Amino acid sequence: MLHHPKAVCGYGNRISSNAAQSAFEKVRIRYVRRIGDEAAAPPGFAFCIEYERESPQSMARQKYADDQAEKLADGLGQIRSTESPGISLYRAMARIRAIEERIAARYPEQEMRCPVHLSIGQEAIAVGISAALEPGDYVFSTHRSHAHYLAKGGDLRRFIAEIYGRAAGCCGGHGGSMHLVDLSVNMLGSTPIVGNIVPVATGVAFGSWLRNRNDVTVVYLGDGATEEGAFLESINFAALKSLPIVYVIENNFFSVYSPLDVRQPRERDAIGIARSHGIAGARGDGNDAEQVYSLAQVAVAKARSGAGPYVLELETYRWREHCGSAYDNDLGYRSVDEYEAWRARDPIATLEQRLVDAGALDARQIEDMTTEFAREIDDAFTFAHASPFPNDSEFGKVFATTVAGR
Amino acid sequence: MNRQISYGEAIREATDQLMAESDRVYVMGLGVPDPKAIFGTTSGLEAKYGNKRVFDMPTSENAMTGVCIGSALVGMRPIMVHQRIDFLLLAFDQIVNNAAKWYSMFNGQQSVPLVIRAIVGRGWGQGPQHSQNLQAMFAHVPGLKVVAPALPADAKGMLIAAVHDEDPVLFIEHRWLHSTFGHVPTEMYDTPLGKAKIVRPGTDVSIVATSFMVIEALRAAEALARDGIEAEVVDVRSIRPIDVDGIMTSVRKTGRLVACDAAWKTGGFAGELVALAVELAFNDLRAQPIRITLPDWHTAASPIAAAMYYPTAVTIANRVAELLGKPERDAETWQLVRNAPADQPDLSFIGPF
Repeated sequence: MLHHPKAVCGYGNRISSNAAQSAFEKVRIRYVRRIGDEAAAPPGFAFCIEYERESPQSMARQKYADDQAEKLADGLGQIRSTESPGISLYRAMARIRAIEERIAARYPEQEMRCPVHLSIGQEAIAVGISAALEPGDYVFSTHRSHAHYLAKGGDLRRFIAEIYGRAAGCCGGHGGSMHLVDLSVNMLGSTPIVGNIVPVATGVAFGSWLRNRNDVTVVYLGDGATEEGAFLESINFAALKSLPIVYVIENNFFSVYSPLDVRQPRERDAIGIARSHGIAGARGDGNDAEQVYSLAQVAVAKARSGAGPYVLELETYRWREHCGSAYDNDLGYRSVDEYEAWRARDPIATLEQRLVDAGALDARQIEDMTTEFAREIDDAFTFAHASPFPNDSEFGKVFATTVAGR
Repeated sequence: MNRQISYGEAIREATDQLMAESDRVYVMGLGVPDPKAIFGTTSGLEAKYGNKRVFDMPTSENAMTGVCIGSALVGMRPIMVHQRIDFLLLAFDQIVNNAAKWYSMFNGQQSVPLVIRAIVGRGWGQGPQHSQNLQAMFAHVPGLKVVAPALPADAKGMLIAAVHDEDPVLFIEHRWLHSTFGHVPTEMYDTPLGKAKIVRPGTDVSIVATSFMVIEALRAAEALARDGIEAEVVDVRSIRPIDVDGIMTSVRKTGRLVACDAAWKTGGFAGELVALAVELAFNDLRAQPIRITLPDWHTAASPIAAAMYYPTAVTIANRVAELLGKPERDAETWQLVRNAPADQPDLSFIGPF
């Protein structure tokens, strides 16, 4: 006898059809609706697994079925049954904020011996974009990569271990916070040379095009990177070949401490530059996760359809110093008024208020989330601290194919 | 069967066989499908494999290098071609910061199997920005393989090995080598990267040469042999990794090193060879190592400058003679008179090139 139909939804996830099949066989789940099934996936979710379980012999078995399904769909701990898209966006942003606040709190201990470029204040973009992606889609990022990595489903433990320089880190301690990668979720890498990841991402989209695949590549770049020739060269080629790529410009108005007005003429318009190449584009509020998500859905769908690249320019603001955990308004490169105005537009508080007002979120749920994040973060930091540094033998490998000579 | 084909044709044949072997191989570069087809080295490939695998590119050397890198990350095997190596400076960021480092900075999770073919120009007034050999700049960077085959058979085998290799390989061709001929097997074969080759055995001196200087060294060795001096000519083939053991074995045997490099002297590869000899073979040296290189100034366009600028077989023969306490001679006495002006490899090779 069948009962308890249940849906497990999520996004930015590492689920694969093969894995799903084998796990579901174990618990005799009747069917899996695949990723992209719009009828099954509620708005805001890239996929939905819907299953019915047999009346179980024991509660233990029933629990196993639930756990398996959730574990499958999860990967990040951000999957929730039949959660509304707003809640999912909120949860993902709040989680990233909690992680980075912990990094900021512990950074002065001087044990994370690498630069950190915190995304605090800018979480809505990464979360809104990732929500529109399928697991097989690719993401590339910049020096400020934490949110992009986490939102795509990058492993938290391996991220924290990386910034502690440990062998268990996502780059084995060879990369640091500016080189986050998690191939299991197609987060293919991040680099801190301004604009230099953009051509590489374009090349991955070109690889999809050459192989007749419609995986979408997303590359995040800053307002500074739009000044690089590499960006202009890349969009030219992407337009020429109609590549499935979305360029996401996070305009936070500063390149380190250099404001836009010393770098670009007032008339300069990144979307206009895209349009002059025949590329569609849109500008939006990068602090409104729901708006980012809806813009991203359009951009990603267009890229996936073969209609060519898309450029999104999303305005946002970095709260803390360019690099490091402190606040730096004392340096005088921006005004406190400007900073406070952007703080008032906190993407998380904004969405929280909207959800609370709509009766979709209450204090209890927020508290539960906070507790859950703290537990997950405690675990990741404990893991990182307990992990060994790389052995001497793990350094100095520069070639994948060993040849004679040196 | 002793089939003789040109160095340029050897490259074309290697590319053809690589493309037939795997549909992941593609060839991109300015002029690749044009009527001149990169001095003939890409002739007929577009017709055979289609314009999705053999194609021209925007004049965006930097981004297009990144595009090749990205496509390599998802399984493609790009061969990028530049008619002049000078243009690689526009792509230095992608080559040095991404291609060379990707494997190690991401802890070996992915590598970049990218081959960049770059041609070093010479003669007919190519001048300061069309006849530089920038090999040392690239060889300085860990994570890049830099090869410069001198003989047609190696050009074929090393291009095939480069495309089969999982790492980025800069494949340097000297323009004057394209029209040289040699035996090249018909079948597909890999010539290992990272290995030097003794192209003429000898006992008195090791002339360790790169790229076109191998041709000059072979001519010099022939002339020296007429004078009873047996020079061993070592074709470096691989600038990085350097075949330290192979080269030092020769230096230890002869006790004399003449490093001949088709590039500038200061901070260059010839200096690296001398350093290795001093560090590793000091007790076996019977004379101070010497360098024969291009002078530390930019190639002038004038045909008169070519004679001053480029060392030849005569230069090599005289330096070797000097090292062995023998008198210097002129080209005629060495029987090394060239039948072409100094800015032309031979009379059949007509400018502009």
